[in-house]
Amino acid sequence: MRLARFALLGALVGALAAGPALAQEAEAPTPPAQKWSFSGLFGTFDLAAAQRGFQVYESVCSNCHSMRLLHYRDLAGIGLTPEQIKAVASHNTVPLGLNDQGEPITGPALPSSPFRSPFPNEKAARAANNGALPPDQSLMVNSLPGGPDFVYAVLTGYKEPPPGFNLQSGMNYNEYFPGHQIAMPQPLQADQVEYADGTKATIEQEAHDVVTFLTWAANPEMVQRKQIGVRVVLFLVLMTGLTYVVKRKVWSDVH
Amino acid sequence: MAGLNKSDMKNPVINWIDTRMPVFTLMQREYGTFPTPKNFNYFWNFGALAMIALMIMIATGIFLAMNYVPNTGLAFDSVQRIMRDVNYGWLLRYVHQNGASMFFIVVYIHIFRGLYYGSYKYPRELLWIIGVLLLLIMMATAFMGYVLPWGQMSYWGATVITNLFSAIPLVGESIVTWLWGGFSVDNPTLNRFFSLHYLLPFVLVGVVFLHIAALHITGSNNPLGIDVKGPQDTVPFHPYYTIKDSVGTCVFLLIFAILVFFFPNFLGDPNNFLPANPLQTPADIVPEWYFLPFYAILRSVPDKLGGVVMMFGSIAVLFVLPWLDTSPVRSARFRPIYRQLIFLLVISVIALGFVGAHKPEGIWVVIGRVATTYYFLHFLVILPILGKLERPRPLPESISRPVIGPGGSGGGPLPGRAPAKPMEKP
Ligand code: HEC
Ligand code: HEM
Repeated sequence: MRLARFALLGALVGALAAGPALAQEAEAPTPPAQKWSFSGLFGTFDLAAAQRGFQVYESVCSNCHSMRLLHYRDLAGIGLTPEQIKAVASHNTVPLGLNDQGEPITGPALPSSPFRSPFPNEKAARAANNGALPPDQSLMVNSLPGGPDFVYAVLTGYKEPPPGFNLQSGMNYNEYFPGHQIAMPQPLQADQVEYADGTKATIEQEAHDVVTFLTWAANPEMVQRKQIGVRVVLFLVLMTGLTYVVKRKVWSDVH
Repeated sequence: MAGLNKSDMKNPVINWIDTRMPVFTLMQREYGTFPTPKNFNYFWNFGALAMIALMIMIATGIFLAMNYVPNTGLAFDSVQRIMRDVNYGWLLRYVHQNGASMFFIVVYIHIFRGLYYGSYKYPRELLWIIGVLLLLIMMATAFMGYVLPWGQMSYWGATVITNLFSAIPLVGESIVTWLWGGFSVDNPTLNRFFSLHYLLPFVLVGVVFLHIAALHITGSNNPLGIDVKGPQDTVPFHPYYTIKDSVGTCVFLLIFAILVFFFPNFLGDPNNFLPANPLQTPADIVPEWYFLPFYAILRSVPDKLGGVVMMFGSIAVLFVLPWLDTSPVRSARFRPIYRQLIFLLVISVIALGFVGAHKPEGIWVVIGRVATTYYFLHFLVILPILGKLERPRPLPESISRPVIGPGGSGGGPLPGRAPAKPMEKP
């Protein structure tokens, strides 16, 4: 009996230990864990960082990556006012359907417009990027196994290839990208953007901000979810306790 | 007027209805005064919890279906629209998504309870068989549901699993084409999966009804595995078990809520955040965690048809379990050897779960094969023989007198029809 339980525990621990050990055989090192405002049970998005991150997205990433699941109105979620949203949207030229002659027209985006896509379709995107496809960024953080830490590591992981490394043409060396070859040229440079709030735009700062923005974009419900969660959990803990007390009372006459 | 029911209901309206259609009397009899063994432990909560999980799945599913679009071009985005634009859509979807996992956890524990306390033995064989049927329908429902969001794992999981049928000799290929409604997993497949995913939960409700009907004929088993001898062994279902089930429900909801609100994607595969792409196969195609042990059995057999047969066989053996286990003693408490082996079985299944999550290489192949072998050995060889060899510990006189009398061996009669004698070795 005891023995079987120990064996069960042993098997579990063994399997759990073997899991990560095997995963490490993959070529790229594990991305180091960063400090994020949104991690933990009570974590929320640092809105200033998310807004700076949106600025990085607008001026850098959006030249290649689409974000087709977001609308400009969604930016209220990182604290933009309706006026700011209107202004941000109107800087972007997007397709606006057909005119009265039946010809496709473009014009400044409205708050209700989806984010402008840099390329009309996948072929155009590949043609402009040496055959590689810049993936859509709406859910990027969630779709990559390493999450925010991985995206941060890739953005800050560009290096000179070690001597003897066989880098294919059009590819760039990256410490954290699987296989170390990535088609995306180093997107971030120091002082590439000028932050309105005076924050110094180092590569690390820009990467940190844009990852905060991308994590919000993939999980816009997160803050509300956690807030409701805390209340629901507290309520259920209370209910569990109360129900247990009542159960004890009901059962007190059974022997 | 012979058919009218003599109702005891106090409320005149209820009494009027109950006289003509005695549903209230029925509920009172089956869930109010229903005599239930008084010695249940918390393992007996899990049937009620499974019913609650099913109701939660149906409730959230119906609202999801109001906004979901079963079309390959729109499905992924429609689910994202639910997540982003539908009021509390993220809540509906995360509850439904994690609800499937909670449902399986609960049902697996429920099955373990049955195995440990011998609830599949006479006279509950049919009840058990209906239960295994429920498991099968539930698996089909979950499999088809997972295809609906049309992510990468949805698409490739559907492709791999439906392709299994091609292993059937002669007609395999035609069956697969027929299942797909075409020559690959595509829009017709998605449409029929949505239709069936909506239908099967209601079939499940019907079969659950049969499960309960059968239960209320035989009555519940209990941790001692001995028959109820009289009213001193039972308590009315209400309030005793309604309140005990409520405690379990609160704990269930608590764990469920922690998952939904704080770790909603913990059990999901990151690949399913990418829209389905028939031209790009993911590095490793893995099903949801609750299918991993079966997937591991499938991949442990070098031959495709063999693997498919073993995978379905792993559930098929459960159907005939009541006749494979030859011991007349139900509860593992009184079966010293079985009690060890049932834990070995649990270890095998958990090990298979881990094997299923890894590429079939190196040590994982070995573990997979050993665990698969034990799984089948346990049911097909050990249980039939063990019932004849094992010497059970003496059974208590009755539920209300669980203490064994002086002398130790003065147990009560064995359950079951046959007054089978445990092997008395001279
Ligand atoms: C010059 C165009 C270009 C710009 C600008 C650009 N990217 Fe990329 N990005 C690409 C391409 C092309 C790929 C595909 C790389 C590959 O497949 O090797 C890519 C891939 C990525 C990946 C890896 C995705 C994966 O699946 O592993 C991440 C993360 C990423 N980009 C983030 C960003 C961020 C954040 C920005 C803005 C700071 C940005 N990119 C700006 C072109 C670009
Ligand atoms: C036995 C009960 C059920 C189980 C086990 C089940 C399981 C699942 C699973 C695993 C998914 C995929 C979740 C994801 O990854 O997104 C899903 C999706 C879905 N289910 Fe169900 N389901 C059940 C009942 C229902 C019912 C009754 C309905 C409708 C009436 C329904 C409607 C849907 C819809 C519309 C989706 C797609 C949206 C989504 O992916 O979230 N389900 N289901």
